[in-house]
Amino acid sequence: MNELWDWDAAYAVLPELLLAFLKVTLLVTVVSTAIAAVLGLVIAILRMSVPKPVAVVINFIGDFIRMTPIVVQLLFAYWTFLSVDAIVIGIAVFGIHYSTYMAEVYRAGIESVPKGQWEATKALSMSKSRTWIAVIIPQALRATVPALGNYAISMFKDTPFLLTIGVVEMVRAGLTFGGNHFRYMEAITLAGVIFLLASYPTSLLISRLEKRLAYNY
Amino acid sequence: MEANFAALAEAAPRIWEGLGITLLLTLGGALLAIVIAVVLGLGARLNNVFLRGICRAFIEFFRGTSLVVQLFFFFFVLPQLGVDLPAMVCGILGLGLNYGAYCAEVVRGSINSVPTGQWEATTALSLSKTQRMRRIIFPQAWALMIPSLTNYLIHMLKGTAIVSFITLADLTYHTEQLRQDTNTFFAYGVSLVIYFVLAYILTLMMNGLEVQAKHKLGRGDSLRETLSLKAPETTVAAEGGRG
Repeated sequence: MNELWDWDAAYAVLPELLLAFLKVTLLVTVVSTAIAAVLGLVIAILRMSVPKPVAVVINFIGDFIRMTPIVVQLLFAYWTFLSVDAIVIGIAVFGIHYSTYMAEVYRAGIESVPKGQWEATKALSMSKSRTWIAVIIPQALRATVPALGNYAISMFKDTPFLLTIGVVEMVRAGLTFGGNHFRYMEAITLAGVIFLLASYPTSLLISRLEKRLAYNY
Repeated sequence: MEANFAALAEAAPRIWEGLGITLLLTLGGALLAIVIAVVLGLGARLNNVFLRGICRAFIEFFRGTSLVVQLFFFFFVLPQLGVDLPAMVCGILGLGLNYGAYCAEVVRGSINSVPTGQWEATTALSLSKTQRMRRIIFPQAWALMIPSLTNYLIHMLKGTAIVSFITLADLTYHTEQLRQDTNTFFAYGVSLVIYFVLAYILTLMMNGLEVQAKHKLGRGDSLRETLSLKAPETTVAAEGGRG
């Protein structure tokens, strides 16, 4: 019991961790990334097409969400919408929180589209929606793909915050196992190893993608 | 509503204490992080493959495993190995190591993006390696890295909200207590506003640091000139006097 590393405990906890990883951690990461990607774009476009005072208000709300802890936001949403499943709350809060980051990325992407493109759509008397969909967004999005990937990884590593609202994600599963068996070593270490194994190759892939996109741009 | 504010007034001393814990964690973590970031950031640029490899492994390890996992490792696993650290030390260690690894990449990247001409000039002046880094390259890289460091400082402040799980009674913990006396909206509203104001103040301070760093490089006004209201008037007066 006192040895440094107990393989039996490791084998016992690994399936539980992997199950929580697949059922919660991965699910939240994927769905919330999708929400953040879409909602971020909506916010970015909205901000550029509404009157200035409204844009200022949207900006402030975005800053407020971005500069306050996701843990407090999770707790806030959890206690406000008690009838909603905690994991749904988690997905929504992560999606909204990271959409404020993504909106900034899209803003930079949209601003990097040359002015001539806007002028050309005017010259061709394109409608506003056609301008955005056919001309601006396709050019703006290209450079934002790596940033979206980086935020997805960052969100992935933030998912343990879900344990504050009682969602049994990987770290919570590890803590429960540790508490029951009076051994935290294997559970916590393996959780860290799984995070590392999942996030490091992905981040390598993204930095390669970044280089390729930058080269062709 | 009045009952809420009465409860808030009553809870104020505890919230103040929680605020102290949050700030101590943030600033302690930030100090540790910047030391680690500079050491690892410089280490990741070494020619020695062995030392560089160690620094890279360190960076990737602490970036890749989640902050929460690291905090829990220090708090739950280390005692099992006979290392019993106070919760506050665990918190600062976890935050400092995790964000130090992130910031190491910022330090490395900023040093690499100091223009080549500056490096060549130090060779032309036959400065030693230490002189080159200390007097020429690092001050310029420092001005470049501050905006990213600000982002990570805010991330760190937000990350401290988890520490009630390692038995530290921080701001978030005391707001949870306040919720029981008032309501959800009020209690977390207070907490969110406090965090926002803290983040805002930290951002302003870092912006001040950036202005100062740029001023030292001869770009832009000093911090005092930026903050004073009637700096540009002097030139007009001088010209008027001459005319």
